[in-house]
Amino acid sequence: MELSRIVITGVGLTSPNGNSLSEFRQNLLDGVAGISRIEMRYMGEVLAGVCDFDPLRYQKKKEVRVGTRAGSISIYCAQEAVKDSGLDFENMSKDRVGIYVGITEHGNVETENEIYNISKFDYDTKYWTHHHNPRTVANNPAGETSLNLKITGPSYTIGAACAAGNMGLVHALQMLRLGEVDVAIAGGVSESIRSFGIFAGFKSQGALAEHEDPNKASRPFDLDRNGIVVSEGGALYTLERLEDAQARGAKIYGEIAGYHVNSDATDYVLPNPERQAQCMRAALKKAKMAASDIHIVNTHATATPMGDVQECRAIREVFADCPDTYVNNTKGFIGHSMGAAGALELAGNLPSFDDGMVHPSINVDKLDPECAIPNLVLNNPIKAKRVDAILNNSFGMLGINSALIIRRFSD
Amino acid sequence: MSKDECKQVVLDIIAEIAPDEELSDVKPDVALREQLDLDSMDFLDIVMELRKKHDIEVPESEYGQLVSLDRCAEYLTPKFNALV
Repeated sequence: MELSRIVITGVGLTSPNGNSLSEFRQNLLDGVAGISRIEMRYMGEVLAGVCDFDPLRYQKKKEVRVGTRAGSISIYCAQEAVKDSGLDFENMSKDRVGIYVGITEHGNVETENEIYNISKFDYDTKYWTHHHNPRTVANNPAGETSLNLKITGPSYTIGAACAAGNMGLVHALQMLRLGEVDVAIAGGVSESIRSFGIFAGFKSQGALAEHEDPNKASRPFDLDRNGIVVSEGGALYTLERLEDAQARGAKIYGEIAGYHVNSDATDYVLPNPERQAQCMRAALKKAKMAASDIHIVNTHATATPMGDVQECRAIREVFADCPDTYVNNTKGFIGHSMGAAGALELAGNLPSFDDGMVHPSINVDKLDPECAIPNLVLNNPIKAKRVDAILNNSFGMLGINSALIIRRFSD
Repeated sequence: MSKDECKQVVLDIIAEIAPDEELSDVKPDVALREQLDLDSMDFLDIVMELRKKHDIEVPESEYGQLVSLDRCAEYLTPKFNALV
């Protein structure tokens, strides 16, 4: 069976170092990180990636008050993506539009806030807000986006730990191929920096980064890396079948050439390089590509001691003898944006099809020898001979792995 | 507390829960929902804020008493004054 080709036609994003694709990209090429120190309930100061987009661009004040941060991020990204796509959105059938938003978690922020609120009233639950359930249902960010954009097609979230950003795109591709929708708004979002539990959990795990200079704290592959910087953010794309995009003369950012998702089935938190390698290989097979056809591998590496080494082991194996394949990482700039990570990090590399540049992994002062894989782009961008395909890794707890391949579009 | 002061308390709460609304010319004798973009969840917010900020309880069977500013003042002013 000949499957429809699925293309990216619009991008909307917010990251700790940019609120549009062009701003984000420029900062990745210029080495500009976006990490700051914030006050965290019960914990004092922590490092975090904070976004400064204006939610009131697309929402009323009351909608911001009643909704969630994840909802606001999702709405901002979706609106920006739709605008960027050039779709005649006003006049199209909204029941043929789907929203698929990847999330690592949802509801922690709102639940923690409410427990804090009733702690001021001797834990009397009559002070618990009636907004709690609509704020914490797992489909919240997608649902708020459907309300905001009046989209009546299927809208829901995809829970896949920190592989979720890729998973939103994978699911969108599947729904477009099944003919369930004509346009998909898909990617991932995260509001995790507002949950003390996420930070405290990483800290208890010995995996929360600390550095006197916030912008030096997230340092994948560096010998002195000491954990994750948690960030908020989002990236949503408009995806369409190729024939539909061409029929309306859409700008095409790239084509989803292949993908794969698998599970380690080995540990709650420790990754498994063998399964990661299998995941990348299976994505290449679906794309009918060789490893050497990939020109950028964007790593998931979060700057945990073990995670980075394991992923490098998998990449070294899959991309052995690939002299034109460069490897980079985005988390040094923006931290780990959790459910948004896969989608946001892909966006950081997409412009490489046009400018031929490969953004670096920053904050690598002493490269960990166990992470010294060939063509790792460190600290400064490089000009590639050509960039025709990007493989985007995104992995998550409980051993979920995803690899997404985006190819330069050509007829 | 006077009835006018009571109306101001209610308006202050509405200003928080419906920050997009223009409240300078709210007619006290007209139903709030007829002149402001308020839904049932917003009325629950008004009830919650009365509880949290002022220790005033409005039983569900009496929510209708909050229909307009005048009715709010009639219903709530004695409750405020009973607190002292």
